[in-house]
Amino acid sequence: MNRFYVVLTVLAVVLGITVFTLLRAGGGAPPAAAGPPPTVRDDGFRGYSLGQGSAPVEVTEYLDFECPVCATFATIQMPTIKEQLINTGRVRWKFRDYPLPIHKYSRFAAHAAQCAGAQGRYFEMQDQLFAHHQWAQTGKDPSSLFRSLAQAAGVDLNAYDVCMQAGRYAQRIEYSRQEGDSLRVDGTPTFFANGKKLAFRRLPGSDDFKAIADSIIAHAPTPKPRH
Amino acid sequence: MRSRQAIALLALVGLFVALYLWLHALGFGGPIKCGASGGCETVQTSQWAVFLGFPVALYGVVGYLAVLIVALVSLRPAALVERKWNVMLGVLATAGVVFTAYLTYLELFVIHAICRWCVGSAVIITSMWIVSILSLRSPAIHTDRAVSPPPRDLPA
Repeated sequence: MNRFYVVLTVLAVVLGITVFTLLRAGGGAPPAAAGPPPTVRDDGFRGYSLGQGSAPVEVTEYLDFECPVCATFATIQMPTIKEQLINTGRVRWKFRDYPLPIHKYSRFAAHAAQCAGAQGRYFEMQDQLFAHHQWAQTGKDPSSLFRSLAQAAGVDLNAYDVCMQAGRYAQRIEYSRQEGDSLRVDGTPTFFANGKKLAFRRLPGSDDFKAIADSIIAHAPTPKPRH
Repeated sequence: MRSRQAIALLALVGLFVALYLWLHALGFGGPIKCGASGGCETVQTSQWAVFLGFPVALYGVVGYLAVLIVALVSLRPAALVERKWNVMLGVLATAGVVFTAYLTYLELFVIHAICRWCVGSAVIITSMWIVSILSLRSPAIHTDRAVSPPPRDLPA
């Protein structure tokens, strides 16, 4: 047999074995971060907040990172809400995790956001996860993508990897989910305004929240002048 | 002949690179093995990872496979002297280089992420293109029977 064809055959076999090995190696989301923890402990954390502490209205949003409606709300409505309600000091917006069991990687994404939050990059990571939401439609393991999103969010990847491998915030996320259950959260996103659950027939927009904030502020008791 | 063999070997390597990326795009094998940078996932999950409804890597598989087949066919003894195979390989390699240049532009200036596998493929297709162009410039071997002098009977 011609030497060239021997080389070609050997190369094809080596490359075939290499590709097979690469595909088999898998990798993937660390179970500690991707699955529910065996026990749940309250670490006192009650969600990352946007806005001033003195804002008269506090909106709490229970979200699932894999939920397409949450992504739509985050990318389309939130910029206006931030500009008109949060940055003006009228509303404080709090994010709580409510990973739905039907979503394979929502808990993992919530954990990625929490690990980014440990480095002061929660909101940047949240933006990345929602802005590149194709990961939620492919069904593929997003662990490598989340690393690159974390990097884009300014997260130190070494600390991020340690956090994800350890599943450091798995209990926090599960506590938030159970808290949502106790508040009768039945889907995502679910909103509460000053503790009262908001009911919408459709995905609310910035105008809905503006109206709610206006109503709460208008009915808030005015402080009595001192004499 | 050497240039066609080189092109065949390069096409084989490129075929497996594209095959890995395509199988990954289909959901096999978990996260892509791409080193610490993570750029491959960013590229592979971007909107530009799909071209005309198919994963970009599939075009790589088809392209490299086409080059490999043409290169192997051109290595048949009967085809060795035919210049048209050099032209065909040159055309295929040029199309590959143009498509790769477009993808590299997207990586650098639109997606802002670099995928090492894509860089590897770009190096392969560029090498293939250089070899194919050099083989086009080399003197052709002509054995056109229509213009060859007819064999003469030797005088007895």
